[in-house]
Amino acid sequence: MIHLSIPTRQALAKLTLPVLVAASFGLMLLGKADALLADRARVAFADALAPIYAALAAPLGAVRAGIADTTNLWSLRSDNAALRAQNDELRRWQSIALALDAENRRLKEELHWLPDGAPSYVTARVVADAGGVYARAVLVSVGPDHSVKRGQIALDGDGLVGRVTEVGSRSARVLLVTDLNSRIPVVLQGSGAHAILVGSNGPYPRLMYWPEGAPPREGEHVVTGAETDAFPANLPVGTVHYTSARVPEVVPAARLDSLEIVRIFNYGLSGIRDPEASRPVADRRH
Amino acid sequence: MASADEQRPGIRPRATLGRRLDVAARHAFPASLTVLLMLLTEAPFGFSDQTTLLPAVALISVWFWSLYRPGAMSPPVVFCIGLLLDMLDWLPFGTGVLILLLAHGLALRWRRVLGRQGFVLVWVAFAAVAAAAAALEWLATAILNWRLISPGPVVFQAVLSFALYPALAIAFARAQRSIANPERA
Repeated sequence: MIHLSIPTRQALAKLTLPVLVAASFGLMLLGKADALLADRARVAFADALAPIYAALAAPLGAVRAGIADTTNLWSLRSDNAALRAQNDELRRWQSIALALDAENRRLKEELHWLPDGAPSYVTARVVADAGGVYARAVLVSVGPDHSVKRGQIALDGDGLVGRVTEVGSRSARVLLVTDLNSRIPVVLQGSGAHAILVGSNGPYPRLMYWPEGAPPREGEHVVTGAETDAFPANLPVGTVHYTSARVPEVVPAARLDSLEIVRIFNYGLSGIRDPEASRPVADRRH
Repeated sequence: MASADEQRPGIRPRATLGRRLDVAARHAFPASLTVLLMLLTEAPFGFSDQTTLLPAVALISVWFWSLYRPGAMSPPVVFCIGLLLDMLDWLPFGTGVLILLLAHGLALRWRRVLGRQGFVLVWVAFAAVAAAAAALEWLATAILNWRLISPGPVVFQAVLSFALYPALAIAFARAQRSIANPERA
């Protein structure tokens, strides 16, 4: 160790804090100047932590399920009655849906409709919240040799969850539709009008830029639009709901606050370009 | 660390390897506990708004240990904890580092006064720090993303930090007197 005189050592100790504060400003500049570097550091870090959280997810999930089960016991009778009623209703709808499906298929055959290719998908467990106070995202664990790529689309059982924005070697980050930076082209199913779904960090993203004369109606279903080649058409997103200030929001169909498992679909779309795509082609071929 | 201890007069046990390890472990306790708690807030518990816990836990830890055991919570340690906060919270780089360093600096400056006060006054001082930290985080995120963000989370984050402080501080105070105390090695 280097021996320094006591006054020098005291002066150095006093300097540490201001120097480090200056370094934090330097970090801010660096993060702004080279966003890719910052992202790569975060992804590497998330990658290292993903297996730990994945190992924790199963026992914690079991505890949560146990608690939910005990609370459900209290409402068992009323739930049962409600489900019976709902089941009758759904059976009626099922027969209608089957008839419509058969008709739809026949019509498509007559029109020589070009079928959409069946997308491939992987199912992944959500292992951690990859957001923060000002970001809405989840970290999914995808295993060591996965085929998940940036721009692929995540769905849960009920609807659109978001889009893969960062991919590591074992994990991927899915930006939720509610994030501040999320912009999704959508179609209002009632009127067929196009609009953009804008995340606000709140639980309900907002609808913007619908055509004049076709305002979103309360309760109208919203699905993705294929306009930018970033999403396939007709993935369920949610339903329109007006706030008290008459701002149309969308209540997401997916259960974004309690995601456990998501499916990540590869629709083979090229609407989102990879910012790292400027690398030589030979480098990117695996 | 050890040299400052040796300069004081008095009788003390021989500095064997086991004892030195013990002292080092006690010195490392506050930082290790902070990192562990921060990682734990990200585990999939499934609470709503769980992400707000992370900055609250980091701020409380840095504030408490800077106030009561600044030797174990030095500026470089705070810097590393801030970096971890930026990574885990997906904040713009440097934001968490800056906030925690400023909180650390304030704690050091007010240490002489607050050290002699009771719990409630320290808590009130922390409330001011938590409010300022939440506001600064909001401002830095807005500026670095160049986007207007709703200020709702600021209030929630400040209130959560304020409410969480007693629970953590009581546990920390126990640890400070026992596990984290190098003089009891």
